[in-house]
Amino acid sequence: MYDFAPFIDSYTSYLNAHFSPFWAGLISMVSLGVALLLFYAVLGLYLVYAERKVCAQMQNRMGPNRVGPMGLFQTIADLIKLLLKELIYIRNADSFLFNIAPFIVIVASIMAIGSIPFARGLQAVDLNIGVLYILAISSMGVIGVLIAGWASNSKYSVIGAMRSGAQVISYELSVGLALLCAITFAGSMQLSEIIASQQDGWWIFKGHIPAFVAFVIYLIAGTAETNRGPFDLAEAESELTAGFHTEYSGIKFAFFFLAEYMNMFVIAALATTLFLGGWLPFHLYNFTAFNTVMDYIPPVFWFFGKTAFVIYVMMWFKWTFPRLRIDQLLALEWKYLLPISLLNLLLISFLTLMQWHF
Amino acid sequence: MEETLLDIDLKDREEYIINMGPQHPSTHGVLRFETCLQGEMVKYIIPHCGYIHRGIEKMSESLSYPQLVHLTDRMDYLSAHMNNEAVALCVEKAMEVEVTDRVKYIRTILAELSRIASHQLWWSAFGMDLGALTTFFYGLRDRERILDIFEETTGTRLIQTFITPGGLMNDVHPNFQKRVREFVTYFRKKLPEYNQLLTGNVIFQERTKGIGYMSKEVAISYGVTGPSGRGSGFHCDIRKLAPYSAYPFVKFNEITATEGDTFARYWVRMQEMSESLDIIDQLVDNIPQGDYMLALKAIKAPKGEFYHSVETARGELGVFIVSDGGPNPARIKYRTPNFSNLFVINKIAAGHKIADLVAISGSLDLVIPDIDR
Amino acid sequence: MNIEQLTAWVTALVPDQKPGVSKQFAECIVPAGQLHQLCKDLRDNRNTQMDYLFCETAVDRKDGFHMVYHMKSTILQHTLVIRVILTDKINPEVVSVSDLWHGAEFFEREIFDLFGIRFTNHPDLRRLFLEEDWVGYPLRKDYKDSFTLER
Repeated sequence: MYDFAPFIDSYTSYLNAHFSPFWAGLISMVSLGVALLLFYAVLGLYLVYAERKVCAQMQNRMGPNRVGPMGLFQTIADLIKLLLKELIYIRNADSFLFNIAPFIVIVASIMAIGSIPFARGLQAVDLNIGVLYILAISSMGVIGVLIAGWASNSKYSVIGAMRSGAQVISYELSVGLALLCAITFAGSMQLSEIIASQQDGWWIFKGHIPAFVAFVIYLIAGTAETNRGPFDLAEAESELTAGFHTEYSGIKFAFFFLAEYMNMFVIAALATTLFLGGWLPFHLYNFTAFNTVMDYIPPVFWFFGKTAFVIYVMMWFKWTFPRLRIDQLLALEWKYLLPISLLNLLLISFLTLMQWHF
Repeated sequence: MEETLLDIDLKDREEYIINMGPQHPSTHGVLRFETCLQGEMVKYIIPHCGYIHRGIEKMSESLSYPQLVHLTDRMDYLSAHMNNEAVALCVEKAMEVEVTDRVKYIRTILAELSRIASHQLWWSAFGMDLGALTTFFYGLRDRERILDIFEETTGTRLIQTFITPGGLMNDVHPNFQKRVREFVTYFRKKLPEYNQLLTGNVIFQERTKGIGYMSKEVAISYGVTGPSGRGSGFHCDIRKLAPYSAYPFVKFNEITATEGDTFARYWVRMQEMSESLDIIDQLVDNIPQGDYMLALKAIKAPKGEFYHSVETARGELGVFIVSDGGPNPARIKYRTPNFSNLFVINKIAAGHKIADLVAISGSLDLVIPDIDR
Repeated sequence: MNIEQLTAWVTALVPDQKPGVSKQFAECIVPAGQLHQLCKDLRDNRNTQMDYLFCETAVDRKDGFHMVYHMKSTILQHTLVIRVILTDKINPEVVSVSDLWHGAEFFEREIFDLFGIRFTNHPDLRRLFLEEDWVGYPLRKDYKDSFTLER
């Protein structure tokens, strides 16, 4: 039910029937790129909107409610404003690096989106090393951040960028180890296979407590990797005004802004895929009537519902916690999260070896 | 010669100076910290002030005594009532007159309300300094209610100019008592929410405990008063040491802490809010009848020198009037709390991280116009 | 100690002190030369313990600049006012007490800024509020300012 593969197959066979192989490949690539970009833009805008609404709810406010019904077009209006704003030229900045930095950041997040399975058959590329690919690509973003901080020729930016570098390098480890836990359970790095392995139950339920621990560590480290509060030291607007993007304006600033939200989406989508069963519906063991009803809800809804839940949790702790200090941030990673996740990985390997998970 | 130049160059390379301010989110006004960093660590801080220096002391020399209160509002705008009260009390002391009990009660209630409002705003901004943005809206939500009370009685919300030498500008609004009582019951319920949101948070405690230690000796030597000084165990509450207005009639505790760190200063202010509620509680039901203004022919100080201090939300505000007997003061000096509180920052923040500098300057609760005057 | 005792104490330390005008606090006018030693004695002596200088300011009077030091003991809770009259109205100079009370350093910078009184032995005597190239000292009575309206 609700399989997207036939649509995509018929589309490609249509292209192959009517065009030469070269043009068919080109057209399918371009249409895929356009679809992804559109999806990216719309999703980014509505994540910003969602953040503003969630934040407003946390703070006893209304949030945006003037542009469009319930303020739904507010972020579109903001985007238009940012597009029309002047790009400030900084005299002593390294202009080549300064200009290229936002693109590195945004390209990294777009590329990561490409291999996320949104539903059965709805996945741009199903790489056999999907998890590794996403990890590698998403950590490219920090290079953009470092370049931005360095090229801005601003002291605040450099401090912000250095903080971001230290932070991402540290938390990458925990993210990797936490993901490794799920990979160990599933026995594959291919995202579609990881989802298939959760057909009879999500890993967060099947994997006993260690899986839950891995999930929590992944959430914490993932939030830190996206530079979001309470780990937003790279921006830290009360200390560094705006950190690495202090000097950026207009659409270049919007790129950083959008990339932050999309990175959050990638982190949440990966958490969904690896721990929460991806687009698989929620099933209760042997409760056939309930399971059939759940099956009728399309996988896209399941995927986005779970992702939205993870994103909501991330927003929740952004808006309630104070920011950590840099030494506390690093101590949290190196003294607590890393040993715990190493131990956890050992435990999970043992569980998998003994076939003790459900 | 070249070696010396190289040495200077190397030395300069190690000194990484950033200017926090005059426009910076954490200084809450136009103040500049010239901050020398070594990595993330602060080596020393040189505060630069004067960006909002208006020469209030010079201006006051050509104003009559009742006009003085209009300028004092603009010093520490968050405790405008207390600033007015300081001038009013000093002039009354010089003229050797005493206001009616009704005036005393109302002055004290207004002062305590603005102390709560000031602490609420400080709490909101302090949370923001530490990156917890939600506190801002919780604090402002409750502060609005106090400002509504002020607006009804005085006509303005921020700089009220209500307390004047000889009494009050006007009598309070008929609703005043009712609304103050409503506020006290409302805020008693809301205050625990503040602690749930911020005080109990692990990250918050980690960020504030043991940071920015100020010993009692340092506090006294630098003249750090108010909650910042009391957080170090310096008993400097003028309301207790030299009770004025209606403070002799009420029972309350002077809140002190001995830790002397950022959390102690924070905790003193949090407790002061509930202490202020107690003071208002004791006064609001018993406001005596009487005139709101003394019938004075002319308000002017006799020849001589007079000093009077009050406890504002940030510490000891002293007014020193030198009078030749004329309609204007010959010299007026405001010993403002923030001026003395500011300069301790190099002493207590050097050696900490940048993030701690923000937390420490937030815990000193600086209002910049009060420093520059 | 009460007002009489404090005045007597200062008289014992500085015999040629004169009583001041204040009715509120004990007040003594002392010669500028003996100021630092007197302050040091008052701060360190067990009977006075003036550990808290809460106000230091200058007043421009006809007979010169008056330096007024309000000091207080936080342990014994008594207040004393020490006054020094600087008769030189062009280049007044007085010894700094910032080594005794840290807070005085910034009071003195403010006084230097607005009155032009120089403090010897001050660690960092710069203007505090006004710019470095400001001409004149605004709180002096003879200060003429072309920008503001003269009354």
